[in-house]
Amino acid sequence: MAPAIELEDVGRAYGERTALAGVTLTLEPGRTLAVFGANGAGKTTLLRILATLLKPHAGRARVLGRDLPAEGWAVRGRVGLLAHDPLLYRELSARENLEFHARLHGVAMERVEALLEQVGLRARADEPVRTLSRGMVQRVAICRASLHEPELLLLDEPLANLDPGAAEAVEPLIGRHAGPARVVISHDVEHGLSEADLVLGLKRGRPAILAPAASAAEIQSLYR
Amino acid sequence: MNAVAALVRKDLRMELRTRESVPSMFLFSLSTFVLFRFGLDRETLSGDLASGVLWVTLLFAAVLGMNRLFVAEREEGGFDAFLLAPVDRTSLFVAKAAVLFGFLVAVEIAAIPVFAVLLLGPSPFQALPGLLAILVLADAGIAIIGTLVGALAVQTRARDLIVPLIALPLVLPVVIAAGHATSPLFAQAGAEALPARWLGVLGLYDLVFGLLALAVFDFLLED
Repeated sequence: MAPAIELEDVGRAYGERTALAGVTLTLEPGRTLAVFGANGAGKTTLLRILATLLKPHAGRARVLGRDLPAEGWAVRGRVGLLAHDPLLYRELSARENLEFHARLHGVAMERVEALLEQVGLRARADEPVRTLSRGMVQRVAICRASLHEPELLLLDEPLANLDPGAAEAVEPLIGRHAGPARVVISHDVEHGLSEADLVLGLKRGRPAILAPAASAAEIQSLYR
Repeated sequence: MNAVAALVRKDLRMELRTRESVPSMFLFSLSTFVLFRFGLDRETLSGDLASGVLWVTLLFAAVLGMNRLFVAEREEGGFDAFLLAPVDRTSLFVAKAAVLFGFLVAVEIAAIPVFAVLLLGPSPFQALPGLLAILVLADAGIAIIGTLVGALAVQTRARDLIVPLIALPLVLPVVIAAGHATSPLFAQAGAEALPARWLGVLGLYDLVFGLLALAVFDFLLED
C-alpha cells in the first residue's frame, strides 16, 4: 500500500515571499502527522497543497500514491479537509449543506442523517448555519469533512470551539482511531503530541522539527 | 449532471432565502424604465428606441446578477469545497450559467410587462412569440459571458468594477443582435417578421462563447 503522503523538498511561494520550503516526509496510511508552528509558519499552506488546492512550486508531492498537481483529479474525493473556515453556506441549514456535499461526493443521504445523529445536531439540523454557535458550526464542518469517508484527513484545529462532550462525539469521525491517515494542525501542544506518529514543527516556512516524537519544550521553541 | 443539479438547487435555494439577486435586478429594471420615460420625455416608445431601451436596461440589470453570482462561493468557501469534490469542474460553469439564465428569465417575466405598460407604444402581444425566441438566445449569451466574467472578477478585490468593465464589451454583440432582432417586433404599425439573420448571429455567438467558456473555465479555478 502506497504511503498516504510522500513529500520531497516541497516548497511554495506567494510572489516573492516563501511560505514553505524544504519539507520532506513520509506518512504511512492510518498514521497521524501533527504539525506545529506559529502563525504564518506555513502550516495552512502545507495543508492546502496536500488538499490539491495549492500547487507546490518546488519539490515533489505524492498524496495517496498520486503525483500532485498532475494527478490531483485522482486525489480529490479521497481527501477530507477541515479548514480554518468551515466551508459551509451560512444561509443553508446543516442538513442542506451536508446533503449538497453528499450529492457532490455521490454519498447516500442516510450517511448525512447518521452523521447528524452522531454529532448530536439532529434537533438543530434544519436551522441556518448562521444561527448556530461556533461549536455547532465546527461539528457540521467535521461532518462535511468526513462525509465521504476519506482516506486522508487534513485537520486544522479540529477541536477548536468544541466542548468536551462535542469533542468526544466527533472522535470516531476524526480521532486517531477513525481509520484514515491524518494531518493535524494544533496549538494544543500536549494533545497534539499525544496523538502524533510523526511531528513536524515549522518555523518561518521551514521544517525545524521532524521526528517521531518531540517534547513540549521543543514545540514551544517554535513560537518564540 | 448530478453535480450540476446539486449546484443549481443549492443556488436557487439560497436565492429564495436571501432574495439578493432577482429582486434587485427587477427593481433596477423598474427604476430604469421610469428614468427613461421621464428622461426621454416620451409617453410611448416604438421601433429602434423601444428595443434599445429594453435591451440596455436588461443588460445593466444582468450585471447586478453577474456581480453576485460567485460571492457565496468566494466568501463562504464554496470554491474550496467544490474543488475538493470528485466532479468535473465545468459542472460549476454549467450550473452557474443555468442559474444566471434562470434569474434573467425571472426578471424578464416581471419587467417586460412593466416595460409594455410604462413605455411600449405598440401592442406587445403580437410581438410575444418572436420576442421569446430572442430573449432565450440573448439570455443564453449574457449568462455564458456573465458566468465567465463573474468567476474571473470574484477573485479580485475590485469585483464590482471588473464585471462591467469586462462584461459589457463582451456582451455588446449580443445587445446589438438582440436590439436589431427586436426592433421590427416593436414597429409602430404592428410586429413585422422576425429577422432570422440576427437570430442566427445570437445563436452563433452563444455557441462560440459557450465552447470557449467550457474550454477556459477550468483555468479560472486553478491556483
